[in-house]
Amino acid sequence: MSATALLEAVDLSKRFGGVRALSKVSFKLGKGKLLGVIGPNGSGKTTLVNAITCFVRPSSGKVLFKGRPIQHLPPYKIVRLGIARTFQMVRPFYQLPAFKNMIIPLFSPRLKGLPGGRYGDRDAKALDLLEEVGFERDAHVAYKLAGALPQGYLKRLELAKAIALEPEMVILDELFSGLSLAEVASILPIIEKMRHQGKTIIMIEHRLKELFRIADRVMVMNFGQKIAEGSPQDVMQNESVKSAYLGNEREDGV
Amino acid sequence: MKKRKERIDRGIRARSQDIFVLCSWREMLYLAGPRLLPIAVCLLLPLVLDTYWQKVLLSVAVFALLAISWDILAQSGMVSLGQALFFGCGAYSAGAMNHYWGLSPLLTIPLAAVCGGTISTLLLLPVLRLRGIYFSMVTLILPLMLVRVIEATKIFGGTEGLSGMQPLPSVWFELYLIVTVMLVALFGLRRLLDSDYGLVLKGINDNDRAVINAGINIYWFKAQALFIAAGIAAFSGAFMTHVYMFVGMPVFALDYSILPIAAVVVGGPGTLAGAFTGAFILVPLSELLRGIGGLRIVFYGLFLVVCIVALPEGLFHYIQRKYHQFERWVEVDA
Amino acid sequence: MLAGTIIYALINSAILAMIAMGFNLTFGISGVANFAYGAFYVLAAYGVWILIHMAGLPYAAAVVISIGLTTLAGALMYRLVLIRVKGQALSEVIATFGIGLVILELFRYLGFVGFEYTLPVLSDKSLIIAGTYVDMQRILIVVLTAALVSGLWLFTHHTSLGLAFRGIAQDERTALTFGMDPDRIATLAVSIGAALAAVAAVIIVPLGSISPEEGYDVLIKALAVCIIGGLGSTGGVILASFLIGFAERFTDSYIGSHWTMIVSLAALLAVLVLKPSGLFGKQKELEERI
Repeated sequence: MSATALLEAVDLSKRFGGVRALSKVSFKLGKGKLLGVIGPNGSGKTTLVNAITCFVRPSSGKVLFKGRPIQHLPPYKIVRLGIARTFQMVRPFYQLPAFKNMIIPLFSPRLKGLPGGRYGDRDAKALDLLEEVGFERDAHVAYKLAGALPQGYLKRLELAKAIALEPEMVILDELFSGLSLAEVASILPIIEKMRHQGKTIIMIEHRLKELFRIADRVMVMNFGQKIAEGSPQDVMQNESVKSAYLGNEREDGV
Repeated sequence: MKKRKERIDRGIRARSQDIFVLCSWREMLYLAGPRLLPIAVCLLLPLVLDTYWQKVLLSVAVFALLAISWDILAQSGMVSLGQALFFGCGAYSAGAMNHYWGLSPLLTIPLAAVCGGTISTLLLLPVLRLRGIYFSMVTLILPLMLVRVIEATKIFGGTEGLSGMQPLPSVWFELYLIVTVMLVALFGLRRLLDSDYGLVLKGINDNDRAVINAGINIYWFKAQALFIAAGIAAFSGAFMTHVYMFVGMPVFALDYSILPIAAVVVGGPGTLAGAFTGAFILVPLSELLRGIGGLRIVFYGLFLVVCIVALPEGLFHYIQRKYHQFERWVEVDA
Repeated sequence: MLAGTIIYALINSAILAMIAMGFNLTFGISGVANFAYGAFYVLAAYGVWILIHMAGLPYAAAVVISIGLTTLAGALMYRLVLIRVKGQALSEVIATFGIGLVILELFRYLGFVGFEYTLPVLSDKSLIIAGTYVDMQRILIVVLTAALVSGLWLFTHHTSLGLAFRGIAQDERTALTFGMDPDRIATLAVSIGAALAAVAAVIIVPLGSISPEEGYDVLIKALAVCIIGGLGSTGGVILASFLIGFAERFTDSYIGSHWTMIVSLAALLAVLVLKPSGLFGKQKELEERI
């Protein structure tokens, strides 16, 4: 039972001109838990992640990491505190081999402060990390140019880049989008392993079945607001969630 | 029967890619040749050239440094239209230190390189956060503005400049100093850019969001690249101050901004060696074309535009490709 | 003295605004920073001169043809060169810079330097306003600038093409989904920018003489005004023109003419330190790109 939450968002709001992307979203996340964030497209899920990681400055509200406010920090500092994220639109360095893509996270000052220091041979570490996420070593997949890899591998690369930073908290923004069932099934164990290692995880997903299997709690968003939060079962029964996804039943039976 | 062109690595290249290259002199020569040749040429040239062409070699080395500096900036995502800014800052720093404080050239040149680099970096620091076009614009107008400021306030000698600088010990010293610095800069910085540090810089150019996401402060890295490039260009400015024993407003002239860009475009951007090659071609060429006066810059401009549009890869890439690969026609199956 | 300084400051501001307008417009609409802008300015001026003195055309015809040719030059520059390097910022900058260089240095080489290269003023008269002599040409500049600014405002708010320009300036991708052809719009943007440079040249050059050096000067001024005012913002450009115009003029009258450039430089550096994207600049660093 954790006393203080690892991450806490308090009344987080963000306006883009006239659009209210986030409206007073609050939640707490305990250490080692996995929070799923779901909601229709445009409900503000990615904006929420951007606001937490400060790629976008919140219009109002606070974000507390280990009890300290972080919403005013530049994004690179937030990464150094131990929060890693992936992007919905995966954009690797296409002209570089996959393992060279890993050099940049391995160069991060975040790794300097941790036991073990900065890696002398980043190439070897990169290959190890890629093998952990499923780049078959014998097939030398890690040596292929990122531009030649299919989406499944690109998503794994994105995950590996986040893991390389040895974060305390990982935010995965629609990692499973565009992947086949088999690929999702093969990546899930990696996420399970991260949980066992004690990492706190937030997953934004549309693939509800897989998410509900591993999430401790689920938060539902619609139109920038949080409309429900609870265990996966509770959320599935929630009326407002159903109407957000499916719409309301019409009286005349059409 | 249709044919297409196929490019394959040469046998010797394939054989020299791994550790077994150490077993064969031929393969080692294949690798070492392109590196040793320019070094040998540069170190021997001063001995065989006459006085006039020695001065040209001096010029070549200076512009090679400016071009290398430009290439570093370009690879980090900053397009400089004002190498003259760095050159001039270095030149005036050295001139001022020698004139007002009487420091010897052996001190002023390295100090001015650092000083000129620092001043230029500080001036450009605010625009690093903005879109790249701001960097280009500010580097363009700063030297032009500084010229007018010097003219108006008459500081550092105003329109007449500062003269009577101490010269360097000897002509040989001058030549070998600049040639050595040029070679060290070329190979050293190539090494740096090929390393993981260089990868970060190129990454910032390609996709800075990904680099930020790795916890790296991209503006700090850009500032570092800027400082290195500015320092090198400032060094060449400081050097020339002591060669001419004079520093004045012409150090901020557009010539120092344009020729390096033309050199890199001709030689091929992205590898510092292209900048080096371009300088070696354009500077002697411009000497030979001295007769046609102002038309020279017109040619540079035309060169620039044609190359950037039609042959963006540059001469060095072309030569490198030929060296490593050969082409042949193969049949295409229907 | 104060009244005179204010009046000339106003005129100075109008000149700066007129010069910067074209560059700002091209950039705001199409994102093309036209480093050949100064060259177009000088090209138009020399064009008028050549048409009058070598082709013997009357002034009005020469002006119209020259402005037309400069506009065409802008369009050609985009169609022949810029379109091939679209999107690569490095190449765009170098290409426009190179073209500007070629034009200006060609004129210098061909010997178009000297006091005889002047353009006629539109009117010889002068008025006395608030106790100061003001020549008609300068008054015309102020009037024309005001007319141009209002004309542009009307254009971008009340014509379909103008609204299209604003749309693209605000959000290019969305505008493209409405079926606008980006190349066509960009060609128009560069051409209009060149046309504005030509118009500016025709009415400002008579105050002095034409020289290739003017080309670099005009580019510096346009860049400085746009940087201080904020690239892409018409309001910013106008405000910046006033700020710099007045600052320069007052410095000239009360401190000394040497210091005017320093004031401009100081203003530039101050803006860069305090608000790098310019007074009305809309350059957001990171937010736009996620």
